Amino acid sequence: MLDKKRDNLTIAGHVFHSRLFLGTGKFSSNQLMSESIKASGTQMVTIALKRVDQFHPEDDILEAVKKLDVKLLPNTSGARTAKEAVLCAELCREAFETNWLKLEIHPDPKYLLPDPIETLKATEELAKKGFIILPYIHADPVLCKRLEDVGTSAVMPLGAPIGTNRGLETKAMLNIIMAQSNVPVIVDAGIGRPSHAAEALEIGADAVLVNTAIAVSADPIRIAHAFRQAVEAGSIYRSTDSAPVSDLAQASSPFTEFISSL
Amino acid sequence: MFDQLFYSASWSDIEQKIQSVNERDIQRAIAHAGHGTPDDFLALISPLAAEHLPALAEASRKLTRKRFGNTIQMYIPMYLSNECQNICTYCGFRYDNQLPRVRLSDEQIISEAEHIKAMGFDHVLLVTGEANKTVGIDYLEHAVNIIRPFFQNISIEVQPLDSEEYVRLIQAGVYSVLVYQETYHEANYKHYHPKGKKSNFTYRLQTPDRLGKSGIHKIGLGVLLGLENWRVDSYFTALHQHYLQKVYWKTKYSISFPRLRPAIGMESPKYELSNRDLVQLICAYRLFNEDLELSLSTREEATFRDHLFSIGVTSVSAGSKTNPGGYATLPEELEQFEIDDKRSPAEIVHVLKSKGLQPLWKDWEKVFSFSE
Repeated sequence: MLDKKRDNLTIAGHVFHSRLFLGTGKFSSNQLMSESIKASGTQMVTIALKRVDQFHPEDDILEAVKKLDVKLLPNTSGARTAKEAVLCAELCREAFETNWLKLEIHPDPKYLLPDPIETLKATEELAKKGFIILPYIHADPVLCKRLEDVGTSAVMPLGAPIGTNRGLETKAMLNIIMAQSNVPVIVDAGIGRPSHAAEALEIGADAVLVNTAIAVSADPIRIAHAFRQAVEAGSIYRSTDSAPVSDLAQASSPFTEFISSL
Repeated sequence: MFDQLFYSASWSDIEQKIQSVNERDIQRAIAHAGHGTPDDFLALISPLAAEHLPALAEASRKLTRKRFGNTIQMYIPMYLSNECQNICTYCGFRYDNQLPRVRLSDEQIISEAEHIKAMGFDHVLLVTGEANKTVGIDYLEHAVNIIRPFFQNISIEVQPLDSEEYVRLIQAGVYSVLVYQETYHEANYKHYHPKGKKSNFTYRLQTPDRLGKSGIHKIGLGVLLGLENWRVDSYFTALHQHYLQKVYWKTKYSISFPRLRPAIGMESPKYELSNRDLVQLICAYRLFNEDLELSLSTREEATFRDHLFSIGVTSVSAGSKTNPGGYATLPEELEQFEIDDKRSPAEIVHVLKSKGLQPLWKDWEKVFSFSE
């Protein structure tokens, strides 16, 4: 069983029992999205402000998520500059009634890669305005430290380009980020399989955010459940002193026998 | 500018190349699925590739779902004016057609916008003919200012404009501009567009470059399918898009598939594009570039559209009228082309949902459109 107390994650003073966060895009219906969210056991989901549709309350994504017992993490998807992101953030705070924000600034609509310069600028400005910021970024260790300096509450480095399901292709950089981070590290983007999510936690990530791999699978509810189990397994592993990986033989060799006679 | 690349490829060479595509070319194009080159696209639109159509369609469907999810964007056209100084030989709005000319007044624009909004739409496409004196930049900018409070996302399909004019429209809140080359066959382009500003092939060819430089969010490309050999014309469209994306990397791109439809006083299509051809073309674009938005209008027949919803298109219109004032204020005899799929938005939504696709009425926030 998961030892909840031991495996809790705290972001900006808020305690999460689940280390899995979900995106809400790409689902074939809001009902399927809601069921998947429940099956995942997540306690926080991210929603794009651009998708919130007050004129179709029966189809509105925000209305559907509000019925669930999860924390809302509005995002600024669509913003190309810090200025646009800051304007969007203000609207998010009003529409979602929260100061939590997933900051996404991608001027590149093809790969949706985040702009590090604009992201740093916007984080600094939004932190001063009292936002709890979780920025989506490249797996750039220096950028992570710079974001810490200006008041970020977590960092969300990508494992691989968004929507690609390619896993932890940035692992070498993620290792450095985790080794030196003073804020929670949430691996976002690229996580395509439950094993990728487990691996992220095993190497020290505090949480993962998954969307495409669940939303466009043939059975999102089952896959959401699979991710839940993988994340729980990874959570236990990361909080337990586990057997170190080693290529060295444990037995002594003829060359070391002399040591015992010393 | 695209000119240089365009003039490095001749129409007849491309025509020849399409005919000589072999199996290896097609397999290579499939291996590059989602991130192909213009040569890959050329292989995918070849007659030989048509033999692989079921496999191409399945690959296209999967890529589309992965990239865009199980969703379809809903939009609707709103015609502002049918005044036109051009004599496009295939168009119902052509200058020498005797029909009542209409340019919507402020009150009429508001009335149309209210009606469209009540139908549920938040993404609107404004359409006009080309009449620079009466429906020029001042009229368009004014219209966008009136319409902006009603919708989150405004696209326009109007005459090509100068860079400064595009900047004005973007500042007024225009998200996307659709500009179709009609055909990349330069000699025949002049035959179809004998008079008016539109007869300037080069000015039109350079329009997407002007748009890219102006910082537009999205550029819509296309050719009028049926005017010339659709395979060659589509190759040049793909070449154009490929070039634009590399230069104007912050901009999104969409492709539309206007097939020649009956209109008053037009010539019948020289090169017919069959339904099977259209399926191949849609799949070819998707396998060429997984990020392309592919748009489907109500020109197409209902049952056929239902099939296309699943295999690659990402945005669809519904309940469209192609005459100015057609939704609320004026009768129907002025339409630019005849609508085939006359089903209401509610009926289309029902079909989409039955196919496991979520209709998106809103996928934009206007704060992004005019904050710069």
